[in-house]
Amino acid sequence: MDATKRDQRFSWLLKLPVYLWTLAFVFVALLYVLGLSFLSRGEVIGVGGEWTLDNYARLGDPSYLRVLMQSLRLAVVTTLICAAVGYPFGYLTARLGRTARSVVLLLLIVPFWTNALIRIYGWRILLMSNGPLNNLLLALGSISEPLKLLYTDGAVLLGMVYALVPFMILPAFSTVDKLDFSVVEAARDLGAGPLYAFLTVTVPLTLSGLAAGCVLVFIPSMGLFFLNDLLGGSKTVLAGGLIQQLINSRDLPMASALSVLMLSITGAVIVVYRRLGGTSDMMF
Amino acid sequence: MSEPMLRLEGLCKDFGEGPVLKNLNLDVQAGEFLTLLGPSGCGKTTTLRIIAGLERPTAGRVYLEGADVTRLPPEKRQVNTVFQNYALFPHMNVFQNIAYGLRVLRVSRREQKERVMAALKLVRLEGYEKRMPTQLSGGQRQRVAIARAVVLRPKVLLLDEPLGALDLKLRQEMQGELKQLQSELGITFIYITHDQEEALNMSSRIVIMRGGQVEQTGTPEEVYEHPKTLFAADFIGQSNLLHGVLEAGGEDGSLLLNVQGERLPALCDLPVGSRAALCLRPQRVRYGTEPQHGMALRGVICAKEYAGGMQHTKIRLGDRLTLNAVSQSAEMDRYPVGSEVYVGWSKRHAPVVPDDGSLPGEAV
Repeated sequence: MDATKRDQRFSWLLKLPVYLWTLAFVFVALLYVLGLSFLSRGEVIGVGGEWTLDNYARLGDPSYLRVLMQSLRLAVVTTLICAAVGYPFGYLTARLGRTARSVVLLLLIVPFWTNALIRIYGWRILLMSNGPLNNLLLALGSISEPLKLLYTDGAVLLGMVYALVPFMILPAFSTVDKLDFSVVEAARDLGAGPLYAFLTVTVPLTLSGLAAGCVLVFIPSMGLFFLNDLLGGSKTVLAGGLIQQLINSRDLPMASALSVLMLSITGAVIVVYRRLGGTSDMMF
Repeated sequence: MSEPMLRLEGLCKDFGEGPVLKNLNLDVQAGEFLTLLGPSGCGKTTTLRIIAGLERPTAGRVYLEGADVTRLPPEKRQVNTVFQNYALFPHMNVFQNIAYGLRVLRVSRREQKERVMAALKLVRLEGYEKRMPTQLSGGQRQRVAIARAVVLRPKVLLLDEPLGALDLKLRQEMQGELKQLQSELGITFIYITHDQEEALNMSSRIVIMRGGQVEQTGTPEEVYEHPKTLFAADFIGQSNLLHGVLEAGGEDGSLLLNVQGERLPALCDLPVGSRAALCLRPQRVRYGTEPQHGMALRGVICAKEYAGGMQHTKIRLGDRLTLNAVSQSAEMDRYPVGSEVYVGWSKRHAPVVPDDGSLPGEAV
């Protein structure tokens, strides 16, 4: 037996920790949540001993439906804005010279070195009624009294787009970067103006990056509850926040049922994406 | 001469890393099959891209049928390009690829169909309209690229090394087809290649480029038989390049080229004492037991090699000179290695070019 074969034979040993980790902390945890969602609520530990479908039936309740719809709407709007901002950004970055694009990509990645929570606190300071933004506008005379920026739906949306737009930019950049621009030149050569060539050649050939970006933005935007707490003051209840509330009020079965529903929605998005030809290696 | 189809006037291009084109001037007549020939880096692709409008010259003008198109974007020029890598639209089938330019022009669906089908017939790809580019062979993609460009009936068709990616046999087949296509369509072709054989086979006129300038232009025969520079002589075809110094003293006042002590007849108007090179095609070298072409030169056959119908022979002249000769004649084949023979050539077919000291095959 040669060395390569022996290496392959024992490679499972190296992979074992990954499998064990996934099994324990993803698979078992998910099974646990799934199991909880079919149990009744209990007095002491929050979970009763009876199997029931009640939790799922309660999801049809108008108040739950409203929260779900609000979460979905925010996720969709966030995704659309990220696409509108991130795709052109990624496109232009890919068209930059070598040095300039490295700088842009670095600037894009630098914020990730700071905890997301801390960055959102930064936004809170910026948006406060006596924060820098209001002060600047007051000093410029554009406004006569401070605007209410923090604790609005707009602030939540801003925070969402801010947090998630890199996940749109990077796949868009990656597909545009890989595009052979001689096909765009060919389109121009055949009589197409810049816009027509862009719409009929560049966009269709980089759609995969846009689709990957949409999936990468949409999925986390369904669950980013702390943004709503910090920037929106939790006046609009979102699914993520509701799950947290349910856990705090010790209704674990209901929290589990809602979690399973959210997982199903995001899972469905991924399945549709894969069906349409998307790949699992979305980022690069 | 009538107004040229295309005129390039004083073209200069600098991408910021030194000039790529240095004052390039060229007139192309309607219906020509013009080849830009030169080593890589000589500026031929840049020239083509400037004609197409994909690149702006740093200085100079481009005229198409007398109209200044220098600042027109590519879509406003009646010039189409067959790109080196074909640049087919990977997300469109063959029909959609060819119809792209017609769609831009808002040609009616019926006319689109008629013209695409005619173009497909022209490149012998009928029945392939539903195929995607990835389902085609290299040669077929090549044909689609040509069809996509000629369907717009351009005034000038630009071809950037279109056969470079094909294997030898297919390349030779496509050479014939392209030439036939050009005469059928009557479109002016500007063709880029670094393959001198391809240039000689296909062109009605060859422009040899070097370092961003035109080195020599002429029919294939002219540039092959009468190279004007050492570079042209070396780049086109195989040659014995014999470097020496011109001396007076030939018969009836003609010059002699002193090549390491051998005095060879040199037919040229270059000044006595200047450095020059005699450019002698191997197939022009004759040898035998009688003096050849009235020359009393003697040599010894030092090597022979038979290669596919051709006899390659090396003949030693004096101490240091070796000539390559190629023949198909049975008569010249009969001398064994070591034989002493008379060597000669027709002076008219051995041009003498100034020896400017440039290295053979040098890019800039």
